[in-house]
Amino acid sequence: ADIISTVEFNYSGDLLATGDKGGRVVIFQREQENKSRPHSRGEYNVYSTFQSHEPEFDYLKSLEIEEKINKIRWLPQQNAAHFLLSTNDKTIKLWKISERDKRAEGYNLKDEDGRLRDPFRITALRVPILKPMDLMVEASPRRIFANAHTYHINSISVNSDHETYLSADDLRINLWHLEITDRSFNIVDIKPANMEELTEVITAAEFHPLQCNVLVYSSSKGTVRLCDMRSSALCDRHSKFFEEPEDPSSRSFFSEIISSISDVKFSHSGRYMMTRDYLSVKVWDLNMETRPVETLQVHEYLRGKLCSLYENDCIFDKFECCWNGADSAIMTGSYNNFFRMFDRNTQRDVTLEASRENSKPRASLKPRKVCTGGKRKKDEISVDSLDFNKKILHTAWHPVENIIAVAATNNLYIFQDKVN
Amino acid sequence: INSEIHDFCHLKESKEMEDKVTSPEKAEEAKLKARYPHLGQKPGGSDFLRKRLQKGQKYFDSGDYNMAKAKMKNKQLPAAAPDKTEVTGDHIPTPQDLPQRKPSLVASKLAG
Repeated sequence: ADIISTVEFNYSGDLLATGDKGGRVVIFQREQENKSRPHSRGEYNVYSTFQSHEPEFDYLKSLEIEEKINKIRWLPQQNAAHFLLSTNDKTIKLWKISERDKRAEGYNLKDEDGRLRDPFRITALRVPILKPMDLMVEASPRRIFANAHTYHINSISVNSDHETYLSADDLRINLWHLEITDRSFNIVDIKPANMEELTEVITAAEFHPLQCNVLVYSSSKGTVRLCDMRSSALCDRHSKFFEEPEDPSSRSFFSEIISSISDVKFSHSGRYMMTRDYLSVKVWDLNMETRPVETLQVHEYLRGKLCSLYENDCIFDKFECCWNGADSAIMTGSYNNFFRMFDRNTQRDVTLEASRENSKPRASLKPRKVCTGGKRKKDEISVDSLDFNKKILHTAWHPVENIIAVAATNNLYIFQDKVN
Repeated sequence: INSEIHDFCHLKESKEMEDKVTSPEKAEEAKLKARYPHLGQKPGGSDFLRKRLQKGQKYFDSGDYNMAKAKMKNKQLPAAAPDKTEVTGDHIPTPQDLPQRKPSLVASKLAG
């Protein structure tokens, strides 16, 4: 129940939210700079924790509804409180996280401990005054967006208009207004009239970071469709279709499965987007639909292990990917608690490990290497020794600085660039 | 004539070998087909997708449950298998078998 299922920084990077399989959300806050404790700058400590979703059972459909948090997305901050959307398979909730550091004392009708005062004993009126108290962080659900999805929600994305957001399941994408919970507009529906004809499902969806009318959604067949909400109310016809042509002679039983896109993310600039399939990350220029501008190999050595990865279901693992703030670097996870980082400018990449045994706090991470051939060098690890149960599916990059959050099963690691 | 046929077969074999050597993916596919000869014609097609869409289906028949309760007042109800994967037919599901709401006060390990 403690397995982390989503990680997300807020817009300023001061807050980091994690959701887990048990339906809980834990929010970390970055410590302010403190001259007396220079090492504590940039450390993230627990700020708030609350139960977002509970397990449910749909008796009508005989369906168990998991409380696992699939995605968390922050809203841009508009006042002192923080808002985030968290979703499980069926229901999206808007949570308000606010601080309370004052309380009123000196009420007329009740005591300090809340007991009602005897009205006949009250001889004078007093004005309550605000007194400081220990900081209390409260989370309260402000909106519950339910009953709009027949299938399992895989994505939510806040629009750049800050008023609407989308939620996507396997076959449909809905548009919501943050203030309205009893109505939702369906904007994409790929459900065929006859379910026997079903060939692909929606795997991820996201709004463009700057253009509030543009969204993209990826499919299990390795394609991405870009839709423009100005063209029609129902965006079943795409405006752009991104697919890399496949060499028919190299097609195998696994081709479609490993081409399934598990995550799609726009760059901060809005000019590019990247897709994550089982073995690679592809960077696309939105102006070119025919092929990606970059293809980054995450763990190509797994191509020779697809049979066993199919048997243990790992071939269906859904890895996420993320950009750094400047869109110059990309990060994604792999197995054995490894994660990969690619620098787009220098074309260099590195494999690092998130584990307590192999690194000490505040020590630099040592690059790792997987050996594919026969001769294994010292410090290399062979493909057959990789632990496929230790998968890093969720990672997040601070929106501005070089701070990354990596979720390794039920542990959260936060790494920073060394500042000398 | 015999030698010509023999040469042709040899050519075909070496092309297949070449495929396996150059494409690890095809080699893995051959391995899979050898283990599961009846694997569907359309991989990643409807069956696979439909299974994905129906994830989590558990069946509880309140009629079955109540009838069984009435009949077997004194006998022990057959209990669910410990792994609780399929709650159908053979054994009578009980409210204990179904996922219960967990107490909300269990704190996350990250917050500890």
